[in-house]
Amino acid sequence: MSRKNVDRRATWAGQWWRHLILIVVTFAALYPVLWVVKMALTPSDAFDLSANPIPTQVSLGNFSDLLDSTDMQGRKLFWYWVRNSVIVSLATTAVGITLSCSAAYAFSRFSFPGRSAGMGALLVTQMFPGVVMAIPLYILMDATGLLNSLTGLTLCYATTAIPFCVWMLKGYFDTIPKELEEAAIMDGASRWMIFTRIILPLSRPAIAVTALFSFMTAWNEFILAATFMADETSYTLPVALQRYVGDYSTQWGAFAAGAILVSMPVMALFFALQKNLVEGLTAGGVKG
Amino acid sequence: MLLTALLALLVVGIAAPAVAEEPDPNRVLLWHAYRGEERAALEQIIRQLHTESDVRVDLLAVPYEAFRQRLTAAIPRGNGPDLFIAPHEAVGEWSRGHLLEPLPYPNDLSPSAFLESTTDALTFDGQLWAMPLSFKSLALFINRDLVSGTPATLDELLAMGAGADVPLAYEAGNFYHHAALMHAFGARLFDADGAIAIDTDAMARSLALAGKLVADGAVPPESDGALVSNLFNSGATPFVINGPWFLGEIREDVRFAVAPLPSVTGGGPLRPFLTVEALYLAAQRRSSNEAVQSVARAIGGLQGSLVRAKQGRQTVPLRAAAADPVIADDPVLAAFVAQGAQAIATPNRPEMGAMWEPMNRALRRVLRGADPRVATAEAEQEVGFYLRPPPERAAPGPYLVLLGVVLLLGVGWSLRTLQTHRVMARLPAALPAYAYLLPAALGMTLVVFVPFLAGAAVSLFAHVGGEFTFVGLRNFGRILSSSEYGITHPLSFWFTLVVTVAWTLANVVLHVSIGLGLALLLRDPWMKLKGLYRVLLIVPWAVPNYITALIWKGMFNRQFGAVNAFLDLFGVEPVSWFSNFFTSFAANVATNTWLGFPFMMVVTLGALQAIPRDLLEAAEVDGANAWQRFRHVTLPLLKPALLPAVILGSVWTFNMFNIIYLVSAGEPDGSTEILISEAYKWAFTRQAQYGYASAYALLIFGILWMWGLLTQKLTGAQA
Repeated sequence: MSRKNVDRRATWAGQWWRHLILIVVTFAALYPVLWVVKMALTPSDAFDLSANPIPTQVSLGNFSDLLDSTDMQGRKLFWYWVRNSVIVSLATTAVGITLSCSAAYAFSRFSFPGRSAGMGALLVTQMFPGVVMAIPLYILMDATGLLNSLTGLTLCYATTAIPFCVWMLKGYFDTIPKELEEAAIMDGASRWMIFTRIILPLSRPAIAVTALFSFMTAWNEFILAATFMADETSYTLPVALQRYVGDYSTQWGAFAAGAILVSMPVMALFFALQKNLVEGLTAGGVKG
Repeated sequence: MLLTALLALLVVGIAAPAVAEEPDPNRVLLWHAYRGEERAALEQIIRQLHTESDVRVDLLAVPYEAFRQRLTAAIPRGNGPDLFIAPHEAVGEWSRGHLLEPLPYPNDLSPSAFLESTTDALTFDGQLWAMPLSFKSLALFINRDLVSGTPATLDELLAMGAGADVPLAYEAGNFYHHAALMHAFGARLFDADGAIAIDTDAMARSLALAGKLVADGAVPPESDGALVSNLFNSGATPFVINGPWFLGEIREDVRFAVAPLPSVTGGGPLRPFLTVEALYLAAQRRSSNEAVQSVARAIGGLQGSLVRAKQGRQTVPLRAAAADPVIADDPVLAAFVAQGAQAIATPNRPEMGAMWEPMNRALRRVLRGADPRVATAEAEQEVGFYLRPPPERAAPGPYLVLLGVVLLLGVGWSLRTLQTHRVMARLPAALPAYAYLLPAALGMTLVVFVPFLAGAAVSLFAHVGGEFTFVGLRNFGRILSSSEYGITHPLSFWFTLVVTVAWTLANVVLHVSIGLGLALLLRDPWMKLKGLYRVLLIVPWAVPNYITALIWKGMFNRQFGAVNAFLDLFGVEPVSWFSNFFTSFAANVATNTWLGFPFMMVVTLGALQAIPRDLLEAAEVDGANAWQRFRHVTLPLLKPALLPAVILGSVWTFNMFNIIYLVSAGEPDGSTEILISEAYKWAFTRQAQYGYASAYALLIFGILWMWGLLTQKLTGAQA
């Protein structure tokens, strides 16, 4: 009976209403972004303000402004920015995920003094308003010699991302049945083996979410990068993008073009990760 | 292994401190915020200097949004530039904050070589601090395809523009633009003695005229820079009032002229604010006077001035340059020079920083139809709130005793906990757990907790002009008592708290329900095109929110926005979104919902995978309908993985500063501000009251902490 039911739902006729809802929502989600695309493609800043998000004139001039940026030594700055952004974001993701998985495992599977206080402390860090942190953080980075280094930025971004990652991963680890581990212990597996061979592979959906989150934290941040880095070749992409925002006017075309360039890799990353989002616990593997 | 490698990397980073080099007196580090042609002109001048002398200049472009913060953070720590280029307005604040040294003018380029109005703008406390490089002010742009004459008065201008869709376009709701009208009526922000003089007849008359222009339909009420450019380029308006930056926004095929602003009947000529961009010498600079002087000469002297005028399109204040054909024969530059002579420099006293917000509010209030005289009175009162003297100095003695008592109690409590929970006995068994935790805990302590404690300590101080005074808990007392204004005033902590809670609630409910709904639609393996939908639906999260938030603001524009155009299809009257609290609030929520639902969707998609499919199929076989399956199987199983995202989401939304700042900007009358945006304003736009802002932030922290405890109790009870 169930088999037949599934088959009906798998046809277009059986799922048309879902597509109707999704098309409406997708349109609403993309409409403002189409505007960004229109601004990026319209030459100079003279885009028109109408409800129509389809560009009437098309030119790639706005993209070249960012792509062709050079400094006084004639260096192509764009590639420096891409390199820095990629390094910082990947390092943040790697550090963030590694530290978070390990911490989340401790929170999920061990009972130890300070466990709930520790989870609370992580939540609390999300409550610190940035307004009190900026200058002390600068002084700290300066005192530790991490100013003007990608390591320093990575450290800042990773610690920003860790609390969410730990909470998210701990929540997911909690849903993995303990019976699996108990069976493994019977077979003589160590804690570390259980963690790396059972828990982590089963948690791919949650790891994919936290990886995307950590990457985005680093990829879009600009204030710290603009404050800490001492050289235009050590800026990241968002800092370069922010230069188009002036005190009186904003170069919308170039800014929009840059925003599109900046968001491409994020979408590519999501595309690569989304397979993992839906391939976590296989129903048969962990039936309780 | 990866972990060890990365930790090693961090250690190397820490262990290799910057080698203390002997500073080279001939090396000059120069910060600027120029882009495009202005930057190219500066680079050309520096290249020329490099061929002529031993001085080496390193240029660093710092984005405008980070410029001030970077200066105040870097200069006192000795990481600042030697020279920097910035507008004149902050000269009072910076010189009092010990960020500046007076710039030594070269012998052959004395202050008298520059227009007096520009050196005056850079003089504070009787000292000339910097060298003027260029000046900027609003002027009149005329579309020559539509109008051939140049109006001498505002009435003439309106008559000439009467046939167009919009006779005149300028940013009517922006006080910087209104200042031209204000000066035309003889009104000033400060009187001759430097006292605040907002609540005057002349000020009210200027506001009344602005209100009338909008009410008559001569000027669009809600216009920002993009809208003004658009109206001009599309030929909808023949006249635009804007600054030299507008030159880059005019479409190439539009024939235009620039002229000084007209006069008003019953007043004088429109006199805009004059902004002087100047070369400053930073305190703690490392380069020698000689090097600094040769850089100043290269940039500010005749040759440099002409390069900046010709290539960078700057209006330069050097008298000797004015007669040069580069400037004299250029109609656009000449018009800006003429306008500059009529402009009035923005006051450079530190109090000026507190003026913008109240004046913008008064102006917008009048544009919405309020009585100008009431608006001026309220603005003056509001400035008074920002400029009130700091709390009295407090004796630190009692606080130290209190701190001691708290510490003792803390130690006592910890010891008791250790005993009652038999911590020492459990410790050996817990060691592996600590090993898993250690790396994260170390990082968090260093980068998050330590700076937080340092920042929190600031809440016990008052900050005035670079000096901190210990005031104990008086900042908190002021905020919580809300004594100067009633608790229903938008500046009141309690009013803002209610708005913030409503904001958080609305957003979280919408984020979760939309995110969850979409995830449920997209989870099933047999769903067609699910991969495509998923990728398209995260786009709002992927594009930097700075730009999309501004697009949303544009979509809510009353006259030209897409939202009203859409409502119009259903016969709904156009809504003026930002002049009413509820619609303005709704605009903020709509924007933030759009930005936030993809994240919830992604989290839910991940979390849904923890639910075994057989369980749902079993429920289906047992005859449970879709809603029952969702309510009794999916939702309970989803909870552990979804709850963290909901709790954290609520905390993030509570502190979501960007959207408020970019979309409603607090309109109307600051009523849609949330606590965090108020804290930012106290720190950055209201006289740098860091202590007060920090106290605000700590209160936010306290509220969220209680919320955290509450959720922990709720979730703990269920576990």
